[in-house]
Amino acid sequence: MTTHKLGMLTEIPEGEGRTFTVEGRAVAVFRTRTGALYATQAECPHRKGPLADGLLGNDTLVCPLHEWTFDLTTGAPRLGSCGLTVYPVHEDAGALVLTLS
Amino acid sequence: MHKQRLVVIGNGMAGVRTVEEILARGGGEMFEIVIFGDEPYGNYNRILLSNVMNGSQEPEEIFLNALPWYRDNQIRLHVGVRVSQIDRIRKRVVAKDLVEPYDKLIIATGSRPFLPPIEGLLADDGELRPGAYGFRTLDDCSAIVRHARRVKSAAVIGGGLLGLEAARGLMQHGPAVHVIHLSDALMNQQLDGPAALMLRKSMETMGVGVHLGKSTQRVLGDEQHIHGLQFKDGSTLACDMVVVSTGIKPNAELARSAGLNVERAIVVDNQMLTEDRDVYAVGECAQHRGMVYGLVAPLWEQAKVLADHITHKDRTAGYHGSKLATKLKVMGVELASMGITEPAEPDDEVVQFSEPRKGRYKKLIIRNGRLVGAIMMGDLEKVGFLMQAFDKNTALPDERLDMLFDLGGPTKKVTYDEMPADAQVCNCNGVTKAKIGACVQDGNRTLKSVMVSTRAGAGCGACKAQVGELVSWFCGGAADEDPSANYYVPSIPLTRAELTRVVKERNLRSVSSVWEALAEGRIDPSAKPALASFLSIVWKGEYIDERDARFINDRVHGNIQKDGTFSVIPEMPGGITNPDELRRIADAADKYAVPLVKLTGGQRIDLVGVAREDLPAIWRDIGMPAGYAWGKSYRTCKSCIGIDYCRFGLGDSMGLAQALEQRFRGLDTPGKLKLATTGCPRNCAEAYVKDLGVVAVEGGKWEIYVGGAAGAHIRKGDLLCTVDSEDEVMTIAGRFVEYYRQNAKYKERTYTWVERVGIERVRALLVDDSEGICAELDRELEAAVAATYDPWLERDQPKTSNQFKLSLKVVS
Repeated sequence: MTTHKLGMLTEIPEGEGRTFTVEGRAVAVFRTRTGALYATQAECPHRKGPLADGLLGNDTLVCPLHEWTFDLTTGAPRLGSCGLTVYPVHEDAGALVLTLS
Repeated sequence: MHKQRLVVIGNGMAGVRTVEEILARGGGEMFEIVIFGDEPYGNYNRILLSNVMNGSQEPEEIFLNALPWYRDNQIRLHVGVRVSQIDRIRKRVVAKDLVEPYDKLIIATGSRPFLPPIEGLLADDGELRPGAYGFRTLDDCSAIVRHARRVKSAAVIGGGLLGLEAARGLMQHGPAVHVIHLSDALMNQQLDGPAALMLRKSMETMGVGVHLGKSTQRVLGDEQHIHGLQFKDGSTLACDMVVVSTGIKPNAELARSAGLNVERAIVVDNQMLTEDRDVYAVGECAQHRGMVYGLVAPLWEQAKVLADHITHKDRTAGYHGSKLATKLKVMGVELASMGITEPAEPDDEVVQFSEPRKGRYKKLIIRNGRLVGAIMMGDLEKVGFLMQAFDKNTALPDERLDMLFDLGGPTKKVTYDEMPADAQVCNCNGVTKAKIGACVQDGNRTLKSVMVSTRAGAGCGACKAQVGELVSWFCGGAADEDPSANYYVPSIPLTRAELTRVVKERNLRSVSSVWEALAEGRIDPSAKPALASFLSIVWKGEYIDERDARFINDRVHGNIQKDGTFSVIPEMPGGITNPDELRRIADAADKYAVPLVKLTGGQRIDLVGVAREDLPAIWRDIGMPAGYAWGKSYRTCKSCIGIDYCRFGLGDSMGLAQALEQRFRGLDTPGKLKLATTGCPRNCAEAYVKDLGVVAVEGGKWEIYVGGAAGAHIRKGDLLCTVDSEDEVMTIAGRFVEYYRQNAKYKERTYTWVERVGIERVRALLVDDSEGICAELDRELEAAVAATYDPWLERDQPKTSNQFKLSLKVVS
């Protein structure tokens, strides 16, 4: 298990996501308006849409290309036929910290 | 809480639907529910009996609620038990060896076949004689089928809707079939003379004997067998069995002997209450304002009102009668009928089309611009629109022909019976008829829930109406109405007008503040862009623009492509450019290795496939304003070359296009807004099929068309008005845009919205200023225009951190 300091929290605008490449893996990190953080695989399993460009709810994400929708806490699809890999992510002194196993 | 006892007499469609509506309003907590049904089955869809009879469905397929449903909802069901008495003094219902006390009682006893006084029709015990049948229950149905298989010839007395369904069913089982009708025309309740004649011919072609103007006097035969029928005119017809279908008789005897007011049926008020305030009646046994309804749609409406009232959900809910419209297939002939069949007042307008060779007939009866009657036969392509216009009493399009035919519209639909299961209904998301059917089977009974589960209709939206029709077809003609369909966003139960009032009162100026104030902080991500558009229209310069509420296109000001790159389309009003601009565009295309340079449908140049990180630099190099080619906003105004060069030109279409674009650019609109101006009626710029199109005509005048479309949907715009100057075009166009901004649903294009509001009303409001709103619209538009800006200037002043970056570098 390894942890990675990705950068400052404020680099991601509130309610949006951005992607990072960690250990060769593309990971999307989301910062909700209520302050929660989520991390998932960066591409939509449907047609590889950039998930970080999606519309973010409290714990739900809608892909910008064809509106597949996912539960960010588990990665399970709410609309669509397969889910996402999710990763633990947290804030430490204003910095984003991702854990990969 | 102590539960009240609710007893329902009748386990048919009316009774059980009412119970479902009550449960949906939390009635399970309020009532202990008991249902009596005199048939020995659960609840089934009586409308589909004719399918059982003609063998296209099995009896088990038409059951609506299986026994576990009753158990799961803690309903006690007495099947095969006929109630013998309602004791209103002691508030209890008495059956053979059962007594059930009630606090509230619902009578939903339905009706039975009306049996005309025909000699020899009844046996000595008062029941139908052997070989004669009604057509009402599952038992009737199976008895008819059993008998039909053994005989040579069958007669149906009654040439109404149900009689013809019975005839169709009988044909499947072998015997020669005859229909005997008292009137001179088949289905005379729903059809006029010419339509009835056409139907008769189709039926005769299929081998049914049709006998009109015949009054049946006697059933001939011995005790065991029927041999034929004798008519009043002395003629006879040989047959071996008889099905009687001459109308229905409400089952109101129980109510009458309980002392309730019964005329043709049990008299109820607008809350479906009898004069006993604890006793309701619903369905075919109820008489409301003199009407007894035998169709299913009124019953659904009655059930909702009753449930609202009995559960105290809405004590003011009222049933105010139903407008009768039916759509059905008789003997393979598709037909629809609504309202009156003949004009009744001197000024009634009749629009009619007849093509007997193909069995096609269409007739509309219009009174004061509203539809009061329609018959459609052989071709139902416009029937969805007509039924809605009839039901909602909306203003009709000025071009009557458009109501009869889809001229130049999408290809013709097949009927849903004929449509193969694997036919693709939604071409955007690849959803078949079978998939929609399976989804309805899983319990999704509204268009919205089917759309959410299957994505059908959620792409370009062109098939949405058809998906809706399929959902109701799979529901047996009665999809549930989705209350959220009228909300501006589904997660906040307010219409657009209500939401406008609330956000103004509570000073909600950002999308996040709306979720906080009106949805307990629960964000519906799909609805964020709708709220963003709405708030920018309401607040204009005072709107707090939270970029995460916007779709990605509106965050980076380009249209996202399938590979995550974007398109760059600079503003080019009227499609007019110059060598200097073209050079800059060409240089930029080279410098950023743009893979595709393409002319758009809106007379502009599109640089496709630009990386997000390059967007600020390429905008700077091009040095032109944004073309807004990505959003739900004003898009573009096409034009022809107009008056200066064209030898036919009558007006300065290019100058007007530039003026319109300068006025409207950057305005959020509910759906895309595409304009065109054209210098003469040759219409080279296609102004007739734009959201707003302006056409120069002789005499220095301009015609303004609105609500046109030539994309996923094709519609010629309605002529809003003809004006004398370009200034007037600017004024009227501005009012139209602002009124549309303030009133349409999100993503509702003008072609739907204008049809929904009605061009007469739009004209009255915006041209004649019938409600005095024009000055306010002009002011609001002025303020909105003042708040627009060129978003490509964010290249130098980004709104958010890393606005034009998707991937960020990892620190460690």
